[in-house]
This record gives sequence, C-alpha cells and structure tokens, in this order.
Amino acid sequence: MDFPIFHIDGMGNRMLVAVVAILHVLINHGLAVGAMPLITALEWWGERTGDRRWDDFAYRFLTFCFVITTTVGAMTGVGIWITTSLVNPSAIGSLLRVFFWAWFTEWLVFITEVCLILAYYLLWKRWQGARKRAHIRLGLFLSLFSWITMALIVAILGFMMSTGDWRNKPSLLTGVFNPLYLPQLCFRTGFAMVSAGLLGWALTLFFTRKSDDFRPRIVRALAGWVLAWTPVCAGGAWWYWRRIPEWSAANIPTALTTQDFTRWHTNLQSVAISIVGGILLLSVLAVLLPRRMPRLVLALPFAASLLLLGYFERVREFIRKPYAIANYLYANGVREEDMALLRRDGILPHATYAQVRLITPETRTAAGREVFLLACTRCHTLRGMNSIDVRLAKMFGPGPWDSIAVANYIRDMHVPRPFMPPFPGNEAELDALAGWLIEQHGQTAPLAGAQVAGIQPAPKLTDEELRRQATFQAAKPAEAIE
Amino acid sequence: MTNMNPTQAMPIPHDLPLPLPLPRALLEVLLVLFFILHILFVNLMVGGSIFALLFEFLGLRRPAYDALARAIGRTITVNKSLAVVMGVGPLLALNLLHTVQFYTANSLTGFAWAAVIPLVTAAFLLTYAHKYSWDWLADRKRWHLALGTVPVLLFLAIPFIFLVNANLMLFPERWAEVRGFFSALWMPNVFPRYLHFLLASLAVTALFLGAWFGRPGFPVEEFLPGFTRPQLRRLFYRATLHVSVAQFAAGPLVYFTLPRPGVTTALTLSILAGVVCAAVALVLLKREIGAADPEVGRHFWPITSLLTLTVLFMATGRHLYREERLRPHHALIQQETKAYQEASKAARNQTPASRPPE
Repeated sequence: MDFPIFHIDGMGNRMLVAVVAILHVLINHGLAVGAMPLITALEWWGERTGDRRWDDFAYRFLTFCFVITTTVGAMTGVGIWITTSLVNPSAIGSLLRVFFWAWFTEWLVFITEVCLILAYYLLWKRWQGARKRAHIRLGLFLSLFSWITMALIVAILGFMMSTGDWRNKPSLLTGVFNPLYLPQLCFRTGFAMVSAGLLGWALTLFFTRKSDDFRPRIVRALAGWVLAWTPVCAGGAWWYWRRIPEWSAANIPTALTTQDFTRWHTNLQSVAISIVGGILLLSVLAVLLPRRMPRLVLALPFAASLLLLGYFERVREFIRKPYAIANYLYANGVREEDMALLRRDGILPHATYAQVRLITPETRTAAGREVFLLACTRCHTLRGMNSIDVRLAKMFGPGPWDSIAVANYIRDMHVPRPFMPPFPGNEAELDALAGWLIEQHGQTAPLAGAQVAGIQPAPKLTDEELRRQATFQAAKPAEAIE
Repeated sequence: MTNMNPTQAMPIPHDLPLPLPLPRALLEVLLVLFFILHILFVNLMVGGSIFALLFEFLGLRRPAYDALARAIGRTITVNKSLAVVMGVGPLLALNLLHTVQFYTANSLTGFAWAAVIPLVTAAFLLTYAHKYSWDWLADRKRWHLALGTVPVLLFLAIPFIFLVNANLMLFPERWAEVRGFFSALWMPNVFPRYLHFLLASLAVTALFLGAWFGRPGFPVEEFLPGFTRPQLRRLFYRATLHVSVAQFAAGPLVYFTLPRPGVTTALTLSILAGVVCAAVALVLLKREIGAADPEVGRHFWPITSLLTLTVLFMATGRHLYREERLRPHHALIQQETKAYQEASKAARNQTPASRPPE
C-alpha cells in the first residue's frame, strides 16, 4: 500500500521468493550447518587413525561446500532480503524493526562464521602435523557458529508463523520464544546433519573409486552419521507438527499443496514417512553391506531429502496464511488493524501510489486494475502462476461471468477459505475489481508492475472529499458505479 | 529540474507504524561505519579482479606478471566473501532509517535489483573457476583470460545497480519519471559516482596489494620470482598515486553534479577535510616512490591512516547529503503517517471489533 507494486505476472512474486529462499535453506542446512561438524568429525577420525584418506576426503568435501556456500549460499541469503523487500516490503520492514537485535546478533555470528570457514579451508594444508589438533578445534568452532546462525534465523521464521505473546507485549524475547521455536530448531538441526551425511554419500561417487577399498569404509561411516541424527530429525518434525497453532492447523490441508493438487495432501504424510523410512533403511543397509551399495542408491537419498525440506519450507510458507506476520500483517501487506478504515473509505484513497482515488463510470476499469495490484498480486498473478483468471474460470466456467457473482465471491471468500485475507476495500472497489477481472478474462496481455510501468500516483483526496466518498458509497454503492 | 523544490510532486507514503529499535542518531553513525567496512572489501574485490586481469594480460609477455596476477587472484575470493557478509550491516541500518525511500527505489528498479542475486553469484563462481583453472588452462591462456574477463565485466556492471538505487532513493520528487532501471541510470550523479567508486576501488586495492606483497614475512623471491619487495611496493604505490590524482578530477565532478538543495556547509567542509587528508597522503606517496629501496614502505601507516580519514570524511559527507536531501520528505511522511494512524484508530472505534465481519 505504501510502496510501488513490484509484480511479475509470469512466475509470480511468491515463486520468486520461494526459489531463492528454498535454495538458500537447502545449502545452509546441508552444506553449512550439517556439513561442517561432519567434515570436522572426518578430519578428527583421519588424525586419530593416521589414515590420510579420511583427511583427503574431508578436504575435498569441504572444498565443495566452501565454494557453494560462499557463492550461491551467500548470495541467496542476501537474496531472501532482496526479494522480500520487493515482494512484501511492509513485512520485511516490520520484521527488521521488531527483530533488529536478533538480526544484528546474527550478523555478528555470520561474520564470525565466514571468517572461520575462510580460515578452516585456507589453513587446512598449512596446519598439518603438530597444528592439526588446533585445526580440528577451528572446525568445531565453525560448526558451533554455523548452528548458532541457524538458531537465530529460526527464531525469526517461527515468529512470522506464530507471534505468541508479541502482539500483547511487543518485545524481542516474546517474539523469539514463540511456541514453534524449539520444535523447528530441533527438526532443522536433525535435518541438516542427515542431509550432510547423504550429501557425503553422493560425493563419494566423485571423490573415491569403486575399486578403492576406502569407499565402503566412508559409506559406512556416513551411514552411521545419518542413523545417529535421523531420530532427532523425525522427533523434531513430530514435535513441530504438534505445536502448530490452531489457526494454522486449520489450514494445513491447503497449506501442504496448491489447490490444484489437493489430491496430494492426503498422501503427503505417507510420502514424508516413506522418505525418512527409506533413508533409515538405506543407512542400515549401508552399515551392514557397504560394498554392495549401488551408485544410484548413494546419489538418490540426498535428492529425496531435498524434496522433503522443499515440502517442509512450502508448508511453512503456506500455513502462515492469510498472514505475512501472524495476526498483524496480511499476506497482501495490509495491516489487520487498518481493515476497518479501508473497508469504510476504500483502499484507493489511502494507497500512496494509486492512480485512481474516486470511482466513477470513467475510472472504474483503471480502479479495478489498481485494486487488483494492491490487494491480490502479492500471491496471485493475472495470467501466470496461481492465476486469478484461471481460478475464476474454474469456478464460474468459460464465461461470460456475472459481475455480482464475482463480487460476492471475493467479498466472502475468506470465510470458506480461511487462508485468504479478507477483501481490504469498500463495495465500489469490490465492484470495480470484479468488473476489471471480467474484462480481463480471455485477454492475453500480462500485467506490468512498477518496475516496468513506473508510478503515476493520483493526488490524494481532501478530508472533505474522503468523507463525501465514504458516505456516498455506504449509501448507494451500486448506483455509484452504474 | 534539479533545482526544483523537492517537496513538489513528491509521493508521501506512510511509514511503518513501529518504532525504530535504536535512536536515529546512533543508527546513522552505525550506517556510516558499517558502510565503510563493506565498501572497503567491495573495493578490494572489484579492484583486485581488475588488477589480476590486467597483470595476466601483461603476463603474456613477461611471465613474472602472470605469477603476480595469480597471487592477486587468491585475495579476491577472500575479499568477496567479506564484502558480502559486511554488506548486511549497512543494509540493515539503511532499511531501518530510510525504509520507505530505499524500498521504493528497489521496487522501481525491481528487475535489476533482483538480478543482483544471479549476477553476483555468477561473478563469484566464475572468479573461482578462473582461480582454480590457472594450471589446467596454462596452455590455453587466451581461454583463461576470457574466463577471467567475464567476472570482471560483471563486477564492473553490478555496482551500477547499487548506485542507481542509492541515488534514486534520494529524489522522491522524480520517482514518477522512472520506468525501470535504465531510465533511473541516467539520473544526474550516477555516472560521476560510478567513476569515483571505480577509481577508489583501484586506489584502495593498489595500496592493499603493496602492503600485502610487501609484508615482511612474505617470501617475495620465492612466490613472485622476477620481483623484489621494494619493486612491488613501488609498483603499487605508483598505481595508488596515479589513480588518486585522477580522483581529484572525479571528486569535484561528483560534488558539482550533486542535485541541489542538499549541499550544505557541513557537507562541503567534510569533503574538504577529506581532500586535505588525501593531498597530504599523496605527497607522502610521491616521496615513498622516489625513496631508496630500504626506505620504501616506511610511510605506509601514515599514508593509510590519512586515506582512512579521507574515506571517513567522504562517507560522512555522503551521509550528510542524504539526510539533508531527505529531511523534508521524512517530515512529510511522519505527518502523513500520524494522520493515517489516527484515521485508522477512529475507524476501528466506529466498528465494534477490529476484525472484519465474517
């Protein structure tokens, strides 16, 4: 409402954030939080047994993690900030104000983590012999700081899903110790360790030869690591699901999948159990029969674990709906406390960059477009991913659609579909939106955001105009637009 | 256009109705300090990649330069990691202090702003590819040079995105003119600031490399055969001097193209103080270059301290301009936000519950 509307009508804004965020989380969990303690353990084992092959494997494993985390990992981390500031600036801006100290502390830990990984990697070859133990200690510190970085960020993620006491007692601590914090942290810690072990399996294909008798030894060791951490991962997941607040639990069937794939959701639990069970089974087999593990079996579990985390992240993103920040800010960037005002006056008079303020027969189409941009585009596109046109076509058929039916549907949709925010405008705006959506049906031109079309804000209404508009529309909404 | 009253034609958004977590003045100090830390490593990353490529080209004729280029290449990957991580602090402070203006600039240049993620990632990955393929492509040097050229081009292009955003946020009265990144690129001051940044990157990196390769414990003859320690120090001091002299042309260009109003006496004094420090540093540099071999490097710390002061004064000047430029806009935003919150509260009190009827 207070920012120009960035909008991508093809992939959708939500997908832009999701791609960057999920990629980052995958790298952060598997290649940093999980991999660093595993690599340190492998290095320690090499030192203890005096077998150089453990050390060599650990170094190559670290090289892979170092390059990926300091490029794709680092930039997708910053990228979450960049994309959310484009897609939902109100949400990220509010979170930064509430969670400044968490973010600031996280930054200090992050600087330490980066310095430690640079030192750990660049000193590996130099700190051999008498200094090896000091190098292993460096690995332990790095592991600890990687975990602390995640622990802080999970607090922020947990807060977004469930504000706990924050609304009543707005402070950092009430935000951090929200009911979902510890379960999430437990799941993510276990998952990070498991996925690092599975990544190690996949890397044995590149770093060892089949004929090499070291391969079964490293495969067995990694399987032991996975087996040790799987209960933490599974237990954390179970704890997490039990703690999800009632309001989001009500949304879970929708949250797990898009509405187009609702048939998936009944099977999803069994899919998750299958993946975890499959990983457990393969790990047991790898411990017992490390020489018989086929190449595909070594590579696939890591991909399966990524799938599991991808689903998990998606659930997290979806179940907080209709909010971006629980009970405070809706997914479309409208604050819950402003709803009364927006329903009375309309959103257009108060939205900084609206091109239309007053709805007349001449401005009705332009107003509909503006209302769509303001109220719908954070989650929906016109003709791309999660297209509003496609959704309405499913509901009302190929057309022509009835304006009153569409308006009625939008007005009340948040009741049968609790994941949708209530419509943040008045009756005239609702009618304009319905009219514009009907007009757009069957057309092909994509909807341009402010990054292409720019802004042309209309002058704000005077208090007198605003009062007249509110009174007029409250009295005769239908006539105002006919 | 640049002399128009900035409060005219200016969109006045509402601010977020949440208090700042720190006093505004403290956040401003942190912003300046964090920004200097960040830009230092950005300078070293950009300047390092340019020097590495340049010396690799020179290495086609004289192999000693190839070894030097390779040694410089090793510093880039470390500096680039620190550049990213140090960028979080100033971004955090800027997001808090100028939420509305910064996010608006981001949105108006949205595709370019989002493209920072793949572009920087690609530049980093290619930098690693260039660094780790030195031996592998030793017989196909032109391919290796081509591989090194791509990240340098990316490092040269990406700062435009940041500069355009940092510039655009200062001119709310011109937001309505913008149609994407390229239209904002041509706003006054972007290119002068870019030139200033680029020269600063080269100067900072040359000073750093002179100290890095000239450090007492570094076995120059072993790692960089064909060079002696004084030679290297002199080479990079000379580069620092020449580039810094060029800054005396680029600096005034930035100053005189700064759109008015916003240029205050405090800003001018801050810039002048920086210029004085830089001028003294250049005199010392000149003496250093002409000194006998054992003497080269004895003024390193005074030179570095003076140039650090220059950076501090320049960064302060940059901040003073931003604050002065945005002061009227901030005042109007606070006024508008207060009125909006009062209207919202009044509307809530009219309705029995704040939640909409279901």
